[in-house]
Amino acid sequence: MAGLATTFGSGAMTNSINEIENAQVILLIGSNTSEAHPQVARRIFTAMDRGARLIVIDPRRTLMAKRADIHLPIRPGTDIPLLNAMMRVILDENLADDLFIEMRTENFYGLRDMLFRFDLEETVRLTGVDLARIRAAAQLYGRAQKAVICYCLGITQHVCGTGNVQAIANLAMLTGHVEKEDTGVDPLRGQNNVQGACDMGALPNVFPSYQQVDIDDYREKFERAWHASLPGQPGLTLMQMTHGGKNGPLKAMFIMGENPVLSDPVSDRVEETLDNLEFLLVADIFLTETARRAHVVLPAASFAEKTGTFTNSERRVQMVRRVIPPLGQSRTDSDIIMDLAGRLGYAMDYESPAEIMEEISMLAPIYGGMQHDRLENSWGLQWPCWDRSHPGTPFLHKYYFTRGRGRFTPVVHEPPAELPDDDYPFLLNTGRIYHQYHTGTMSRHSALLSREAGEALLQLHPEDGRRLGVRSGDLLRMRSRRGEVQVKAELTETVRPGEVYTTFHFSEMPVNRLTISAQDHFSQCPEYKICAVHLEKV
Amino acid sequence: MHDVLTTCVYCGCGCGLYLHEHRGRVTGSSPSRNHPVSRNNLCVKGWHLHEFIHHPSRLTEPLMRKNGRLTPVSWDEAMNCAARELGRIAAASDGKAVGLLSSAKCTNEENYLLQKLARAVLHTNNIDHCARL
Ligand code: SF4
Repeated sequence: MAGLATTFGSGAMTNSINEIENAQVILLIGSNTSEAHPQVARRIFTAMDRGARLIVIDPRRTLMAKRADIHLPIRPGTDIPLLNAMMRVILDENLADDLFIEMRTENFYGLRDMLFRFDLEETVRLTGVDLARIRAAAQLYGRAQKAVICYCLGITQHVCGTGNVQAIANLAMLTGHVEKEDTGVDPLRGQNNVQGACDMGALPNVFPSYQQVDIDDYREKFERAWHASLPGQPGLTLMQMTHGGKNGPLKAMFIMGENPVLSDPVSDRVEETLDNLEFLLVADIFLTETARRAHVVLPAASFAEKTGTFTNSERRVQMVRRVIPPLGQSRTDSDIIMDLAGRLGYAMDYESPAEIMEEISMLAPIYGGMQHDRLENSWGLQWPCWDRSHPGTPFLHKYYFTRGRGRFTPVVHEPPAELPDDDYPFLLNTGRIYHQYHTGTMSRHSALLSREAGEALLQLHPEDGRRLGVRSGDLLRMRSRRGEVQVKAELTETVRPGEVYTTFHFSEMPVNRLTISAQDHFSQCPEYKICAVHLEKV
Repeated sequence: MHDVLTTCVYCGCGCGLYLHEHRGRVTGSSPSRNHPVSRNNLCVKGWHLHEFIHHPSRLTEPLMRKNGRLTPVSWDEAMNCAARELGRIAAASDGKAVGLLSSAKCTNEENYLLQKLARAVLHTNNIDHCARL
């Protein structure tokens, strides 16, 4: 979420989920909301029942796209020119919010100059969307009093992911659609506690509450609190750690509750990296593909066996409560970490998760007023929550942006790292489906969820199906420059000719053998959404 | 039998729901009526949230690789080995050759402790999670 942080100063949903119901216009970009965020989709449908209009930017005809007032079926990877075109229309038709731009933002002229040099006809060629539709969408969004933009991994998982997010932020600021209730920019987070893991500083460059490790004041504060000297150089990112290969930078890893063999791109490379470690420690609830490669595997407790907090997409910190004791000999991850620290000569003796949270609230200003006793007696609190008397914050940036003024950052189109050609004529896109979750570590162990969606299917347009001589249910061999898998075809008009789509939940069809490791330059998010593949009937 | 209010783990919406406990087993779930996100409603993943908890292939004992095979061992043996190896490699490289991956499925408290372990104990900022995925 680097893009939103550079523009607004904070990388989280600016609204609460319930505010979406009151929006007049909702712009969805790269989000298959009804499958990945059902409760958000429910709010969007409620808003539409109350008369709201829905604009969907998505290469596929998803359920949301079918319900939309305007669907812009763009070529994958061309979000930036499309958003720039919408902004140009907004400028040309005087729909910009001049007062907001004047009072609350900076570098507007940088953006304006870029947009005035911008060729609208060129956009049509790049995005494959006709100008009339782009114009209609821009007018609808620009004229609304209350408008919300929701985006998801369809925006961030590109080489230009950060640029995509900045373009979205530019559009929202240009029309003044940020600072109010029921109005804003909302990144929908993929996994249940991604927001919390970021807030807690499970990132190579920041301590909890986004305090940078290379700023002396912050580091000294944590050194005093933790009684230890701390490294000041930002560390390696996930991709740098898991894609080093034989001569990678790491000799030992501790992986807690993640399954990078299945979730990360170019799985062969991940396997090679893990197999070449001197020592791999994994803590998980099941023997995942990653755990199978470990030297030591620790049985962890599931969420029903521990107490703590999760932070949802709308920054709401809420309780997770223990229902039963850990199964068998399994232990909670906190117990494992405290034990490990003790054996390494550093005492971590917390009586309870509540005591850990107390330490967090002293060191992480946005969690300043979050203590378990307060969370116990409410539906949670939304950060920032500065102290014990603070009620929490339903929507962000009320009178000023976290970074002071919002900054317009002009961005231009950057083509995807790999596009279809004669040898690999299809464009492969990957994502999630309704009945499964992430790498399936939990959801595939659920009887019903597996009955409803037990195997991976490759969505293929019927026209392409005819050309290849395949019908729904036929087995296809799918090959990219990096690897090959076999997968069953599902003919559907959800995808367009020349484009195919599948999911990464299933280890029998490890689609990340095919995907590329090209990443966004700033956030290092891998480009899962686009790579070129060749298909043939088996 | 009793119900415990908790939070769904299957997506970033964060529905509030009750898990039903019966004789030491989690047997079902139901939505919270007044929770601001769930408002008496769950999606199919939330309704079947309990199903993986008692799955027979849950890991219940520590495993260690011996002669190439993962073999059950005591907690003490597993933890001693883990601490020795992580400590040795971290000390020899001043933290540069160890890396930790935290989880977006773990709690805030656990994520906090893991990054504290990385930074204060193993002396490395090589810590990340799947935020970008
Ligand atoms: S019940 Fe469904 S919508 Fe609610 S948090 Fe769980 S997965 Fe998300």
